Amino acid sequence: MNFLGQLFVMAVSAIFIQNFVLSRFLGLCPYLGVSKKMDSAFGMGMAVIFVMTMASAICFLIYKYLLVPYGLTYLSTLAFILTIAALVQFVEMVIQKNAPALYKALGVYLPLITTNCAVLGVAILNITPLADGSTYNFLFATLNGFLSGVGFTFVLLAMAGIRQRLELVDMPKSMEGFASGMILAGTMALAFYGFMGLKI
Amino acid sequence: MTPMTPFIILAASMTSQIVTPVIILGAMGLIFGLVLAFAAKVFTVTVDPRVEQIISVLPGANCGACGSAGCSGYADSVVNGGAPCNLCAPGGAAVAKAIAGIMGTEAGAVEKKVAVIHCSSGGRDNTKWKYAYKGIESCLSAASIAGGPNSCSWGCIGFNDCVKACMFGAISIDESGMRVIDPEKCTACGACVKACPRKLIELVPLKNSVHIKCSSQDKGPLARQSCGNEKPCLGCGICSRKCPVQAITIENNLARIDYAKCVNCGICATVCPSGAILDLLGGRRKKAEINGELCIGCTICAKSCPVEAISGEAKQAHKIDRDKCVGCEVCVGKCPKQAIKMT
Repeated sequence: MNFLGQLFVMAVSAIFIQNFVLSRFLGLCPYLGVSKKMDSAFGMGMAVIFVMTMASAICFLIYKYLLVPYGLTYLSTLAFILTIAALVQFVEMVIQKNAPALYKALGVYLPLITTNCAVLGVAILNITPLADGSTYNFLFATLNGFLSGVGFTFVLLAMAGIRQRLELVDMPKSMEGFASGMILAGTMALAFYGFMGLKI
Repeated sequence: MTPMTPFIILAASMTSQIVTPVIILGAMGLIFGLVLAFAAKVFTVTVDPRVEQIISVLPGANCGACGSAGCSGYADSVVNGGAPCNLCAPGGAAVAKAIAGIMGTEAGAVEKKVAVIHCSSGGRDNTKWKYAYKGIESCLSAASIAGGPNSCSWGCIGFNDCVKACMFGAISIDESGMRVIDPEKCTACGACVKACPRKLIELVPLKNSVHIKCSSQDKGPLARQSCGNEKPCLGCGICSRKCPVQAITIENNLARIDYAKCVNCGICATVCPSGAILDLLGGRRKKAEINGELCIGCTICAKSCPVEAISGEAKQAHKIDRDKCVGCEVCVGKCPKQAIKMT
């Protein structure tokens, strides 16, 4: 399979078939927490894409050149959390200094996703052997992080759109807010289950 | 092989199994920590300490009356954007003075304002209805259906959007369903002004006590027909002609008071044929009187009197014509000798 073909497969897989939120059930807290308004959902989505891409790249390097040579792969979770937390802190400081506009848009969301399970999840999935026994190389690990972030943003925006419309609906008091949000999340996950049948 | 050898090998392998990960993770933590500490120094954003100080003296209501997106936004624009320090309506003069102290500038005077509803209708018994509205209890929603359910298309609908918008609880509803604004609680933040779909509410200096309680731009007969309180402004212009200081203008069949010119004499309220003008001081006004012993004849009072009720030669004690005096109290404040009293 050539590079573009692999990329396409990876994109469809990360966004639809193995969607982080609706298939792997990772990153559910921001999915339910920041999906009330479209613009905050968008800000969160951009922050997640950014952090996931960075975390994938750095964690892959840490794993390959530090943990594997010393036989410390069993410590990968610990090492990744440490790396991601430090990385997000560092990135936050850099953009606060150099890009105040970007900081205003992403700033509040960056610390929120520092220790999010989706971010750690992508780092760990990147080093987990695939079905055919092979593992990602550096480029594909990074791309996988980026595309998984895109998939997350995609469902977050869809959820925000639906919830914004539901605001105007006359709903029983007991179903308002998180109750309807949970049912929505479940229904969307069922819908995404249909993508499992895609053969690529 | 001595009996001790297996133990030594075991101990050595355990040491390497424990020590290596400890060293590697410890080193990672140390390096990340150093990098972050270094970055914190290199990428530090200097925040003006005055911003924090101003935020701490602001009321924190985030009402937006200043035009910024909230209290912190206002503090930022005062320090970095050169915004004046007297824009905080809820905080009033005290906060303006505190901000001026922090910034090291003089505080401009904050004129205390209060919201006034320019309509006397909108209650349970003083509203005429065009149709029975059964929708959401909101003025905005009602006003958008066939020009609103009340027969006067300028007047108050009475679903209390202003009450809901007020975050200081300054608007209450009396037993007849009318909205009453408490000038003590009103901070003139302007939230109700924005909430009213009929644009009936205006922020007026607290010292002004005469208000036109109508916003109808309909012609006289139509306004009379549709006003549920039967006190519409007919646009006749009598008030405008009788006003001693020309503070009232008629535009689009509606009288408007220029609050900067108005001296609170209340003459307009007494001459209005339909009773559309509310005089909060009505019947409680006093007349000015000059104490002849204190008066030095400086003529300042005579010059400042809007109705020329004061007469007298220079350096002679002045006299006030009680029939002409409208009780506006302008002269009282002007007299350098405090010789004028209201009786």
